Amino acid sequence: MGDPIRQFQIIDYFSLGKIGPVNLAFTNSALYMAIAVALTAALMLGATAGRQLVPGRLQSIAELAYEFVADTIRNTIGESGMRFFPLVFSLFMFILISNVVGLIPYNFTVASHLIVTVALALLVFFTVLVYGFWKNGVRFLNLFVPKGIPVYILPAIVLIEVFSFFVRPVSHSVRLFANMLAGHITLKVFAGFVTMLGAFGFAGWLGAIIPLLMTVALTALELLVAVLQAYVFAILTCIYLNDAVHPGH
Amino acid sequence: MAENLLIGAISTGTLATGTLATGTEATPPSEHGGGFPPFQKETFGSQLLWLAIFFVALYLIASKLALPRVGSIIADRRKRISSDLDEAARIKDAADAAIARYEKALADARARAQAIAAKTRDEVNAEAEARRRAVEASLQAKLNAAEQAIAATQTAAMANVQGIAQEAAIAIVARLTGKAPSQAAAAAAVKAVMER
Repeated sequence: MGDPIRQFQIIDYFSLGKIGPVNLAFTNSALYMAIAVALTAALMLGATAGRQLVPGRLQSIAELAYEFVADTIRNTIGESGMRFFPLVFSLFMFILISNVVGLIPYNFTVASHLIVTVALALLVFFTVLVYGFWKNGVRFLNLFVPKGIPVYILPAIVLIEVFSFFVRPVSHSVRLFANMLAGHITLKVFAGFVTMLGAFGFAGWLGAIIPLLMTVALTALELLVAVLQAYVFAILTCIYLNDAVHPGH
Repeated sequence: MAENLLIGAISTGTLATGTLATGTEATPPSEHGGGFPPFQKETFGSQLLWLAIFFVALYLIASKLALPRVGSIIADRRKRISSDLDEAARIKDAADAAIARYEKALADARARAQAIAAKTRDEVNAEAEARRRAVEASLQAKLNAAEQAIAATQTAAMANVQGIAQEAAIAIVARLTGKAPSQAAAAAAVKAVMER
């Protein structure tokens, strides 16, 4: 009987030693990060090696991914946002591929660990902060002062804006983490019911049909969630980066 | 076990850490100790290290190799399509010009043909008219001649009638009176009767 939390267990394959109190090891999480990077590279480089004028299936997928992310950036930031194209594309593909791979039974889902999504969200947060000040200087602070607000409520509004800005990495990371975690737990629980009821003989087998159907339906739902959350992470990244590029709004 | 499963499903956070991890099979030595895996701090170092390594690798692959290549493939295709469209437009213009030239030549030829036909028709008409006039004139001349001949014949006939009537009158008068009137008297009498 599987425990729905076991699937998130980090397993050390081999240790790399310690730096101070911090233990460093090559883990299952690292393996699946490597798989996500390798699959992305295989898709974007392997499938486009032919540079065909009329693309085949895989080259079409690679071009679709490229155009999709590029269009998302152009629509949210504009042409000046294309300097962040590699960042947004890497985030999108890394999360998308690792989520979809993680959905295959017995595989590990990288984004089901808060530390990973927090690291990615902080990467975006500090990119916004550093680029915003580097490009706009002090004018970046206009971000916290919306136009057309009466002076007497302005301090409150600024306070709320500053607070919401610093809360961003939390919501950005927890959204992805919680979706992946909850989805995988739910799947595992329903799949667990199937094996559990199966142990009670024929009646159990009949009873297991319902959780089995639920598992099938949830797998489809989780596939949607896996793709959607990658997109949500990418588009939120674009929206946050837009503040760094155009802080006036 | 079923209770544990349910609790695990409901409480993803703190509750699960204690009840579940202890209630399951013995963990292999490579696994980390109890607790909810995403909150096991001792795994954070490894995860961050490999995330940094692989994400930087992915970023470099994307920015240096993959995106420039896919971008150039798409740009090449756009360029090729637009140049093909330009070429198609150029050829279409040439075709349009050729069609216009052809139409013009056709119109010219038609106009020339019409001019030739009109000229020919006029010539033929004029010739026919002339011939008709000539025929009419000759017919008129013949008619006139015939009329003259008829008139002459009539005059001659009338003269003959007068002579015969004169002689007949002389003969009648001679038979009735036994004395022949003079030619002149007979002629005057006949003339008077005929003019009545």
